[in-house]
Amino acid sequence: MGSTNSTLSKIPNVEELMQETGFTPAHIVRLYDRFEALDKEKTGHLRPQDFGAINRLAMNPIGDRIIGAFFSPGQETVDFHSFVRTLAHFRPVDKKRPKDPSMPEPVNSRTSKLKFAFQLYDQDKDGKISRAELLQVLRSMLEMQVTEEQLESIADRTIQEADLDKDDAISFEEFRKVPPARALRLTYQHGAFAAQGTQNTKTCKVHAHRK
Amino acid sequence: MACRTCLWLLGTTFFTCTVRLVVEGVVGSNHSQAGGGHGSSISGIQIVTFKWHHVEAPYLIALWILVAGVSKMVVELNHNLTSVIPESALLIIIGWILGGIIYGADKMQTFTLTPTVFFFYLLPQVILDAGYFMPNKLFFSNMGAILVYAVIGTCWNAATVGLGLWGCWLGGAMGDIDIGLLQFLLFGSLIAAVDPVAVIAVFEEVHVNEVLFIMVFGESLLNDGVTVVLFNVFDAFVSLGGAEIDAVEIIKGIISFFVVAFGGSLVGIIFALLISLLTRCTKNIQIIEPGFIFILGYLSYLTAEMLSLSAILSIVFCGICCQKYINANMDERSVTTVRYVMKVLANGSETIIFVFLGISAIDPAVWVWNTGFILLTLLFIFVFRFIGVFLLTWILNKYRLVPLEFIDQVVMSYGGLRGAVAYGLVAMLDENKFKEKNLMVSTTLIVVYFTVMLQGITMKPLVTWLKVKRAAVTELTLAEKIQNRTFDHMLVAIEDISGQIGHNYMRDKWHNFEERWLCWFLMKPSARKSRDYIFNIFHQLNLKDAMSYVKEGERRGSLAFVRNETKADVDFNKKFRASFSEIMPDIMADNMGPDHVPLSSILQDIVPSVCLDMHEQDLTMRESEDFNAHHLLQQHLYRGRKQHRHRYSRSHLETNRDENEVQEIFQRTMRSRLESFKSAKMGVAPAKKIQTKHQKKDKPQKVRGEGTFSPFLHVRPHSHPLIGNVMCMLCNFMLCHF
Repeated sequence: MGSTNSTLSKIPNVEELMQETGFTPAHIVRLYDRFEALDKEKTGHLRPQDFGAINRLAMNPIGDRIIGAFFSPGQETVDFHSFVRTLAHFRPVDKKRPKDPSMPEPVNSRTSKLKFAFQLYDQDKDGKISRAELLQVLRSMLEMQVTEEQLESIADRTIQEADLDKDDAISFEEFRKVPPARALRLTYQHGAFAAQGTQNTKTCKVHAHRK
Repeated sequence: MACRTCLWLLGTTFFTCTVRLVVEGVVGSNHSQAGGGHGSSISGIQIVTFKWHHVEAPYLIALWILVAGVSKMVVELNHNLTSVIPESALLIIIGWILGGIIYGADKMQTFTLTPTVFFFYLLPQVILDAGYFMPNKLFFSNMGAILVYAVIGTCWNAATVGLGLWGCWLGGAMGDIDIGLLQFLLFGSLIAAVDPVAVIAVFEEVHVNEVLFIMVFGESLLNDGVTVVLFNVFDAFVSLGGAEIDAVEIIKGIISFFVVAFGGSLVGIIFALLISLLTRCTKNIQIIEPGFIFILGYLSYLTAEMLSLSAILSIVFCGICCQKYINANMDERSVTTVRYVMKVLANGSETIIFVFLGISAIDPAVWVWNTGFILLTLLFIFVFRFIGVFLLTWILNKYRLVPLEFIDQVVMSYGGLRGAVAYGLVAMLDENKFKEKNLMVSTTLIVVYFTVMLQGITMKPLVTWLKVKRAAVTELTLAEKIQNRTFDHMLVAIEDISGQIGHNYMRDKWHNFEERWLCWFLMKPSARKSRDYIFNIFHQLNLKDAMSYVKEGERRGSLAFVRNETKADVDFNKKFRASFSEIMPDIMADNMGPDHVPLSSILQDIVPSVCLDMHEQDLTMRESEDFNAHHLLQQHLYRGRKQHRHRYSRSHLETNRDENEVQEIFQRTMRSRLESFKSAKMGVAPAKKIQTKHQKKDKPQKVRGEGTFSPFLHVRPHSHPLIGNVMCMLCNFMLCHF
């Protein structure tokens, strides 16, 4: 535990950070080690290239978007505090927290998680996911063989289903109407059932056979 | 369908039954004839003779393997059945039927699972398969926890079961049996160990997450070290008699644990080194390369057995350590051969093991029933397993960043299946020292059946039941489906960024050591050099290509680039191959000689082809007519890594279908990064403009130019020119990828 304390003392304002994000000292130390490992030039800041060096992210369809989410608009670097704050969104939800409307929303609440996800879609930060933005996301998440027409059709239908005020865009309120369990998936988990998608792949194989 | 199954089953059993009867009959008649024999009493030349005794042993072996294979076929006829009842349970049932037939024919059980056959001919390939396909990264990251469960957990189980039974015996629950404390402890130690064969067989059907899987699997493999030691120590104690045991002996027992465990692993590692070195030199005999793996693996098993070390640990570590090097050294066809043959042998052995476990039960000579003993054993192994797992997990969770949840612990406890290893060990006991050997054998069989069949059958419903409490499955809207997938990708990305596996000084040191020394020693020079040179060249080529790509874009204006133009085609792959042969002579110059490494294999294995090919396949018109958006989503959404995780599987050989997906995503990411650099230089925001351009195009021509979002956009080139940035980014990227 001595090494934990010595590492903690290297980080400025670590108490405040822990308060704000709810990470334990052990977590913070781990994240700090990771931060330092990513920051190869020891500048104390991370640039997009440093994130780009994580080769696995290149194999993630929305990898670059996620990298972008770490950077506040206009900022070109991420310091340790912002790094931890962004990651804090993914902490497990604190179930015992009393609902106190006067306190600010904690970083890892369901709403904050959804907001984070929303911002991934909404690139121009106008508070709505326009059809074009949705198309962009869909394009990156669907295989290459899907045609433009099909993409546009999917996007249209999606907006139709989700858009309640008929402004041809999805606002955060409409985005929020997601069954509670879904948002909670945005959590570090090693539960026994993390591989949830197996059911889906089985059904889609059946479709393939029928076709 | 059911009729066919029944007919099949009946047909098979009658077939084997008749064959056996015929065989037995002939054996009998031959024996009577044997007296007449050869020599002076031959009356004339016999044109055809029935020489059964000539072929008896190999014939029976071959016949049994055939029967086991046919049983597996029968079992797999009905998929609905196998998803409810695990294959292993069904095989045991078939074993019972066959055993019944044989017993009916012979009035005694002529074929049983003997320890020699089991330990020398059936078990090694199963364990070698487990070691060779072990996901190493996962295994070693969780090594601490696995060792805790394997060593401390098994000792706990052995002690509690042994002592519990002893206590109950003292209390009179078992009636009058000729047994003592030491024998109870021995029995406890052999029944305590979780069995790798059974665990895989059941977890095959039940999809659990990889951490949980590796815990149970790793534990089942590593606990052999403990089991062997305990078994031998208590066996020796029983021979010595109670009076001779003093502190010295106990200390010797503890020391022997370390010797057996580490010694066994060391033997395995030595053989892994041997295999790697051997494959380094086998380029002229590629056709028999695969054979070496199996022979040396088997030798490692036997060597450890000879030195009274843990044979299972030896062969496991042999498989684990040699994986990487032999896959790099051998020709790709040899690698495929090894993988397939490994699976064939492992699967075959497993089938035979389970069928014989069934047959061995149909032998009244072996059965001794003692209600107290049997029921108490069942109770104790079940209860103490739960207590042990929960206790150890509670302790472990204090040191783990991501704690093991309650559900994981339940699955881990419930998944502690006992299997053939326990049966093999108990059958090895000496009747003279262990008067109650038959009782122990019967109990072991019942325990094996209980765990494999009952727990195997109920595992999946239990898991599903626990799972259902978390989320209800309803029909999802499109938006929800997209969101779900987005969330999955997000999670994977965040885990990658935050480095879930953890960053470790020791791990880095080991990695450096391994890269510098081991790879130099164990890998073929060509394989190694290709790895190094390829990425150097790729490096150079990519820079050149990137520059030409960017220049092209500058010449045409950024948007023309996005369209489907032949001239914009920068196919790194093709360029790479062409230039590689130019550069090859340089490499060839230093002494590689006729080393011809198949380029495609290296490229496939090591380098994802970065192809900025703008051509896409055109889909036919009919597809644009009617389609279901939901169906499309399900078919074509990228699946993301969680569902592609390396899973060890006894019966399925992963042919890596996700490679295409990964390549596609990789290419697009690369492309978008390059484009964003370009756009940053142009000072053009690419996204909006691309859209308008698309609308102007005519319908049939499909364009998948990406809406390039990229954080790299934010970075404005400072003092470096654009090319410099592109180079840096590509360098970084390539370097880190390998």
